[in-house]
Amino acid sequence: MSIELRHISKRFGDITAVRNISFTVGEGELVGLLGPSGGGKTTVLRMIAGLETPTEGDLFVRGRRMNDVPVQTRNIGFVFQGYALFKTMTVFDNIAFGLRIQKQQPADIAARVEELAKTLGLEGLERRFPHQLSGGQRQRVAIARALAPKPNVLLLDEPFGAVDAKIRQELREWLVQLHDELNITTVFVTHDQEEAMEVSNRILIFSRGNLEQLGSPREVYEQPRNEFVARFIGVMNVLEMTVSGGIARLGGLSFPAHGHSEGQTLRIGFRPYAVQVSKSPNEYRHQAILKHTYFLGIMLRLELETPDGLVVRARMSKEDYARLKLEDGMSVSFQIREYRVLAREGEILTPEVSLSQPTVLGEGI
Amino acid sequence: MARNLHRVLTPANTRSRRGADESRLTQWILIGIAAIFVGLFLVLPLVSMFYEAFRKGPGAYISALTQENTLDSIRYTLTIAVLVVPLNALFGLAAAWALTRFQFRGKALLTTLIDLPFAISPVVVGVMLIALFGYQGWLGPWLRAHDLKVVFALPGMVLATVFVTFPFVARELIPMMQSQGTEPEQAALTLGASGWQVFWHVTLPSIKWALLYGLILTTARAMGEFGAVFVVSNRIAGEMPIPLWVDNLNADHRGSEAFAVASLLAFLALGTLALKAWLESRHQEEEAAGLWTTSSPVINSGESETAFTTQTPP
Amino acid sequence: MKQYCKTRRLLPGFRLTLGFTLFYLSVVVLIPMSAMILRGSGMGWGGFWKYVLDPRAIAAYKLSLVASMTAALLNVLFGTLLAWVLVRYTFPGRRLMDALVDVPFALPTAVAGLTLGNLYGPQGWIGQWLAPMGIAGVNSRFGVVIALMFVSLPFVVRTVQPVLETFEQEVEEAAATLGAGRWRTFFRVVLPTLLPSIITGFALAFARALGEFGSIQFVSGSIPFRTEIAPQILIQHLDEHETAGAIAVALFLLIISFLILGTINLIETWARRFQN
Repeated sequence: MSIELRHISKRFGDITAVRNISFTVGEGELVGLLGPSGGGKTTVLRMIAGLETPTEGDLFVRGRRMNDVPVQTRNIGFVFQGYALFKTMTVFDNIAFGLRIQKQQPADIAARVEELAKTLGLEGLERRFPHQLSGGQRQRVAIARALAPKPNVLLLDEPFGAVDAKIRQELREWLVQLHDELNITTVFVTHDQEEAMEVSNRILIFSRGNLEQLGSPREVYEQPRNEFVARFIGVMNVLEMTVSGGIARLGGLSFPAHGHSEGQTLRIGFRPYAVQVSKSPNEYRHQAILKHTYFLGIMLRLELETPDGLVVRARMSKEDYARLKLEDGMSVSFQIREYRVLAREGEILTPEVSLSQPTVLGEGI
Repeated sequence: MARNLHRVLTPANTRSRRGADESRLTQWILIGIAAIFVGLFLVLPLVSMFYEAFRKGPGAYISALTQENTLDSIRYTLTIAVLVVPLNALFGLAAAWALTRFQFRGKALLTTLIDLPFAISPVVVGVMLIALFGYQGWLGPWLRAHDLKVVFALPGMVLATVFVTFPFVARELIPMMQSQGTEPEQAALTLGASGWQVFWHVTLPSIKWALLYGLILTTARAMGEFGAVFVVSNRIAGEMPIPLWVDNLNADHRGSEAFAVASLLAFLALGTLALKAWLESRHQEEEAAGLWTTSSPVINSGESETAFTTQTPP
Repeated sequence: MKQYCKTRRLLPGFRLTLGFTLFYLSVVVLIPMSAMILRGSGMGWGGFWKYVLDPRAIAAYKLSLVASMTAALLNVLFGTLLAWVLVRYTFPGRRLMDALVDVPFALPTAVAGLTLGNLYGPQGWIGQWLAPMGIAGVNSRFGVVIALMFVSLPFVVRTVQPVLETFEQEVEEAAATLGAGRWRTFFRVVLPTLLPSIITGFALAFARALGEFGSIQFVSGSIPFRTEIAPQILIQHLDEHETAGAIAVALFLLIISFLILGTINLIETWARRFQN
């Protein structure tokens, strides 16, 4: 096990930033900490680095308890969100900084810097100052600087936060590649679920200081443990319904709700891909007007409004849309194939219930 | 948000950062040195100043302030300030507008020129005025023919004070107006506002704190200037502003009177500092208010599809 | 180019504001300065050097330079320390300390001179402790340095402080994750970043000290060859109605301060080479 957290909590004064978190990261894994701002993920990262001290719990790196080891001797590579390059130093001096602290021979330093510059595509930029580099280059310098002393673990705080959308995509692929090449245990923080899904072997989802779920990208998408995860990963329709006579109802929509007491409020969630739409107003159970169609690339999102004024989001491929000859303002019918009763944040979800024949869709996020 | 939270939650005293903070001991040693330095070097002179001023009792203090020459000096100082401050405010506004709103040849030179008084000794400024307006100066003969007196009289003191204080308003306004950019003004123009309307309704409100601060600095410096005014004054009691009168009293070995009169200027200085502190806190309040409205916490970010609406029965 | 022609036309008031600025600067600065320069050059080299190279004047320039340099350097030390403490630490009285730094800006130099002269005088609160040690607090070079230090202190603090405030602590944390201790981080990472602002602060403090006259008038005693500073030479010429002498010395001081500022500007450019 490369990194292990056991019952770690962190409080700043009265506020608990991280609450009783335990997880392990295997050697060579690439793990993403995902969650909304203020969820505690950056604090976790900073605790692993030694920039914060846990209030409670134990932290191990390669089997050694790290709580009282100062940041300087932890041998951790940290890439800061704003890169935190030393702007008075050249690219070379930035990368060489950690090696000089270790009092390595100048020849060894030069060799190591050259090697990293090559790996990271920074050749020829060694004598430049940070302000003479592009955003992407600066980030690579920050990564090279963190990697130079051969750290046990590489930690990245919002690594793609500060670059524009176009380069971000490239950088993601590049990070995966770099990780494959170096095979270094890597933990990164992001608030972007798409980024976390694409890059990580495993995702840890944080909310308000709690670790909500941990699993592969597919697991957290297909089996979200609770409403928070379900909403945070991908899009979900959420309806708050009241149970009467074993059926949860909201307007014309109803779901079987056996085992729930009369008058109870339930939250029902279903993914847009689980909504099946037909041009014929009577083919499916529910009637609606197609209010608006959003083009999202190869997929389209349809916004349906029921006669009671509920808005339901559906998803459809371009081909299906063209085949059905749908247009905004049309009367349509729809059915919901799969749904789940949502547990509150911090609670466990019930498994998904299929209404009709479950169809496995190979849809991405 | 995480970063903001982080900042709010990590004041230096939580001791949460190891390795990126000095030890508590080092911190207190440095604070101690700073405190001793400030105490000995800045506080003690102020305390001893007021101590000396009031040492001979309130009677002596009042009589030092109410003697005719002191009253004359107060009149001189106020006259100078009343003339100099509006002139320099006008100059500061014009210069800041020209320098931050337009590109033109020689802009860098003009900027340097505005900083000139910081580089030139006030005493030299006085000599420049003598070279121009003195008896043997360029305009000397003409002035004498028309029975006008500039140097060794009030107009010279005003000019000297204008010279040493003209950068203050401009220096406060230029960075402010530069950082604000011209977009709000252009927006006002597209809405049909005239040039003056743009200035009054868009520019002026956004620079008011910097302008006020510049005015305070100008006033304080105008009332306290010594060197430049000293050179162009005739040094006759009753025809000099307060700082010169303090010097005059001191030279005549009338120490306690000098301190009493000097205390007026010291009060002025303390008032300036208090006003400045107040302005800064007001300014920060306004900024903070603006900050909170713009950075509402984002619950969900990332994908373009952020529509997670929970619908409840109507 | 096209862009700027457009903006020039877009906002009104270009001619008015630039015209007024130039007019004002001409009346206040350029015409008097030209008058002095022309009067100075009109007296010929012989006349000029006679006043400028007078031994008493040379002694005064030397004192001005050395005392201003000493005061500015001491202010770099204490000013940087003050800025650091004010920005980085929270302690009771921090805001008061911050406000007190502006006292020398706000306090007229005559008042500063008067009170320093008294404080460091033989009967003063500080002077009485200096006297037994054989240090004369006033009418001495020591007094001159103290007064110059007082009037120029805020420059270093106020130029370093904002840079330190915007300094990202992440950068220091980055140094720590790479194994650097506090001292090394300060000297290798923080100090080089602060250096340009420290040099600027030094330059401003030095220029201010070099031109200072008011406070020195009260503490130096104007002893020829001992405690007289350059501006006092100029005043002495005026007192003797030697306008030509005053103009010559003034012109010389003007040239010297421009040369010094030019040099410091070059150093600053070098120190800022890592910036845009």
